[in-house]
Amino acid sequence: MSGSGLRARLGSGSFTVTAEIGPPRGADPGALLRKAEQLRGWVDAVNITDNAGANVRMASWAGSLLAAQAGIEPVMQVTCRDRNRLALQSDLLAAWAMGIPNVLLMTGDHPRFGDHPGAEPVFDLDSVQLLWAARTMREEGRLMSGRALTGSPGWLIGAVENPFAPPAGFRAARLAKKAAAGAEFVQTQFVFDVAAFGRWMAEVRDLGVDQTCRILAGVGAVRSLRALDHMRTGVPGVYIPDEVDRRLRAVPDGQVADEAARICAEIIEQVREIPGVSGVHVMAPGYEHGIPGILERAGLAQRAAPARTLGGQRAH
Amino acid sequence: MLAPNAAYRWLAGALTRSPAAYRAFTATERAAKGAAFGCRMCGQCTLPVTGYACPETCPKKLRNGPCGGVGADGSCEVFPDTRCVWVVAHERAQREGRVADLLLFQRPVDQRRAGRSAWVSYWSGEDEDLWAPAAGTGAAPAPQARRPARKAMK
Repeated sequence: MSGSGLRARLGSGSFTVTAEIGPPRGADPGALLRKAEQLRGWVDAVNITDNAGANVRMASWAGSLLAAQAGIEPVMQVTCRDRNRLALQSDLLAAWAMGIPNVLLMTGDHPRFGDHPGAEPVFDLDSVQLLWAARTMREEGRLMSGRALTGSPGWLIGAVENPFAPPAGFRAARLAKKAAAGAEFVQTQFVFDVAAFGRWMAEVRDLGVDQTCRILAGVGAVRSLRALDHMRTGVPGVYIPDEVDRRLRAVPDGQVADEAARICAEIIEQVREIPGVSGVHVMAPGYEHGIPGILERAGLAQRAAPARTLGGQRAH
Repeated sequence: MLAPNAAYRWLAGALTRSPAAYRAFTATERAAKGAAFGCRMCGQCTLPVTGYACPETCPKKLRNGPCGGVGADGSCEVFPDTRCVWVVAHERAQREGRVADLLLFQRPVDQRRAGRSAWVSYWSGEDEDLWAPAAGTGAAPAPQARRPARKAMK
């Protein structure tokens, strides 16, 4: 099967790097193409977010196609927030038909946090059920209803997990549940507390989850103290230890971004040493152009990846 | 206490045959479970395997565990004044030695059953594939069409 370069990379055992791009609030494809071009050659694939934070953006399927056009393999994020099980399944089929080789299936932020707080929260399925539905489509060639598909999709299926959120001691088991449902890789919430992440990874290894589900540690940098405060208080599920906070506040205003990039690179080097970690997922909302610098600092050299085209990805 | 036995099965059958009795019974169930668990009458009850914390009261209606937005203090990200349903479920499961229950794969809700009596369904044996062992998740999905809604009783 042709398709996912990310699958091949994860399978090769090489340290894998993914990043994240938020599509524009608007119909101009230019911004997304520019962001993708900045990352080309530096990452193995790039996530295209699906109305992240419940804020309306260009659809993730369109963003994924644009990223592919810019020569970078997309991971299409799909949340359960905005679509019921019919729309979710048909969008997933469409994604494969259009050459999108990777999907990342998640519950999604509640509309209350976004720019349309009065919207109907759908949540017809949860993330585990959506993972199971996707795997059923891919491996059994049928819908959740049992009806047969003509032409099965072949995406690589991913999930997300937050190692730091309560209930303590249940988060590795939750990942095991996602892996059992169909997740072949997982990208975690931002790792700022490496020790806590290491403890979670020990639980993950004890359960043997890293054997079936490749683990990419979520890492990231903030651009300013304002962004730091937003992440501390405005983004559910992100935990920033006081030490990181102190370091960022100790430098002059103009150097916050640089210090944050240095911290991020250090964290990449540290998580890389943790057994069972297959790579990193770099998130820098609004600061995507800073990602190559972070990777360079962390000793992750630019790849000589050939530009991929949509036609090359399509499987028939 | 509510586990199916011959008496309950007989009761379920009798209620199913009498629309008026079914309505009265369902109203009682709604009142009792609403007061005790905040029940939303989804009609397919998971309470026995979620530590009697109702996942329908989660703002995201998550049946398979907590989302990633739980506050450090165990609060719900959407309603910070309340505790995460799954934090409560996990505490109770740990106390009772039933954490394995939380790892069961909960199948998607059948929206047709909303407002119907989960007790009657349970006693009638209609709930047998509501959940599955997580390991068998992909192997034996229950085709949804297998369980058609019975005629609405008016």
